Amino acid sequence: MSEHRRIAVVVNGTPYEAEVETRKYLAEFLREDLSLVGTHIGCEHGVCGTCTVLMNGVSVRSCLVLAVQANGAEVMTVEGLATDGQMHPLQEAFREKQGLQCGYCTPGMLVRAYELLEENPEPTAEWVREGLANNLCRCTGYQYIVEAVLAAAERLRGSSVAEGQPFEPATSSRTNQEA
Amino acid sequence: MKPAPFNYHAPSTTEEAVGLLAELGSQGRILAGGQSLFQLMNFRVVKPENLIDINPVSELDYIRVDDGTLAIGARTRQSALERSTEAARHSPLIVEAVKNVAHPSVRNRGTVGGSVAYADPASELPAVVLTSGGEVVLTGADGQRTLSAGDFFRGPYTNACSPDELLTEVRLPRWPDGTGHAFLEFQRKHGSYALVGTAVLVHLDGESIDRVAISLCGVDQTPVRASRAEDLVRGNVPSDGLFEEAAAEATSDLHPLPDVKGSAAYRLKLARVYVRRALELAVSRAKGERP
Ligand SMILES: Cc1cc2nc3c(=O)[nH]c(=O)nc-3n(C[C@H](O)[C@H](O)[C@H](O)COP(=O)(O)OP(=O)(O)OC[C@H]3O[C@@H](n4cnc5c(N)ncnc54)[C@H](O)[C@@H]3O)c2cc1C
Repeated sequence: MSEHRRIAVVVNGTPYEAEVETRKYLAEFLREDLSLVGTHIGCEHGVCGTCTVLMNGVSVRSCLVLAVQANGAEVMTVEGLATDGQMHPLQEAFREKQGLQCGYCTPGMLVRAYELLEENPEPTAEWVREGLANNLCRCTGYQYIVEAVLAAAERLRGSSVAEGQPFEPATSSRTNQEA
Repeated sequence: MKPAPFNYHAPSTTEEAVGLLAELGSQGRILAGGQSLFQLMNFRVVKPENLIDINPVSELDYIRVDDGTLAIGARTRQSALERSTEAARHSPLIVEAVKNVAHPSVRNRGTVGGSVAYADPASELPAVVLTSGGEVVLTGADGQRTLSAGDFFRGPYTNACSPDELLTEVRLPRWPDGTGHAFLEFQRKHGSYALVGTAVLVHLDGESIDRVAISLCGVDQTPVRASRAEDLVRGNVPSDGLFEEAAAEATSDLHPLPDVKGSAAYRLKLARVYVRRALELAVSRAKGERP
């Protein structure tokens, strides 16, 4: 018993049609059927976020969405960030600020950061930090990633990146400190 | 591919979904956001033969106020609830709570009905439904029934749905104007499940508390309502001593399951502190001292 379905999906602006096994996840479909291996697979149960893609404009864990559920959807993966061979300001900033580190979480971080800046082009460091908690970095080097996102935000707003800008450490506003 | 093979059904109406449940019986499993079910399937804890995907059932995607009751369609995404001004006006408690459920990308898929149906004892939304005196609407081939939250949560990951029933709506009655709310939880890491969470609603009549509801999650087999603590508080003027007593009472008869994240004793200690803090916060909001 292994059921297949025909699906049509638009990925990074390109329409695709394919026959997929119903139990295949979107992440696997992107990597194996479309050879879009930018999307990484980490924990395969929704915890880590390295497989984050945008589906119809909002971020999802592509390891917890079936390829058949993406039928008719528009998907954006990390490969969709660059245009005409030109890296996106977020990608540039990740490179400049050492935001890649080991590189494993990077595709999910970039897609999530893209969504964050679409939502709020003028973020504070604390807001970015909270937003990126959606994704795990096991180098535990969030500092450079947060700096990269802030630098990209600034560039996207049209001004040049201010060098040596003071970076305020985030203070948690959550109530989860120990009793 | 991690899950065992399955047949995939994608009904587009509630009627079709319920029809499929009736036809497939225990061989059919509802797929909502998949944010818990796919985890179980990937580990092969469950191997459903048929998935009935209710994502295309757009008629179950709504948040509206009917007759003073906030009605949330089962297929409503948790992220939509989080952003709903209608929900925030009617039940700021559920909006405060849903922000503690997992991460934004998980809430973009996870549904309100799925979270309630999953009946995870550590989960936030079930505790809110219980505190609010809410109800769930179950729809089967033979019609609908409405159950109180207290009757719906039967045990860990166990609810009162029969195999041919779909949870279609979650209903929260409106509390009076001036009600103070608080949802507080302790999590080890941002976005993780709560070790302990508490949902509180308080209303004051002049100086004293005339209505109160306290529930906890993460501390027993189901979300629990702390009725004896509520009795202790009701009719009294709020004070630090009263909150302390109520918190002790609320945690006097709980049976938390110890796990790698914390012993039973640790969870009880946390629960006591969190009930006290949530009462303080809810009362200060009822008095208009805090937003
Ligand atoms: C990394 C991560 C962290 C998480 N952290 C939290 C957390 O902190 N708190 C929390 O509460 N949850 C958490 N979750 C779970 C998440 O909230 C899920 O969305 C939720 O538990 C299930 O909702 P769903 O819509 O995804 O349902 P599914 O996973 O699709 O379904 C869950 C179960 O409910 C049944 N079901 C679903 N809908 C219905 C219905 N309408 N009628 C009858 N049965 C139904 C399904 O058959 C299945 O058995 C987390 C998930 C992940 C991946």
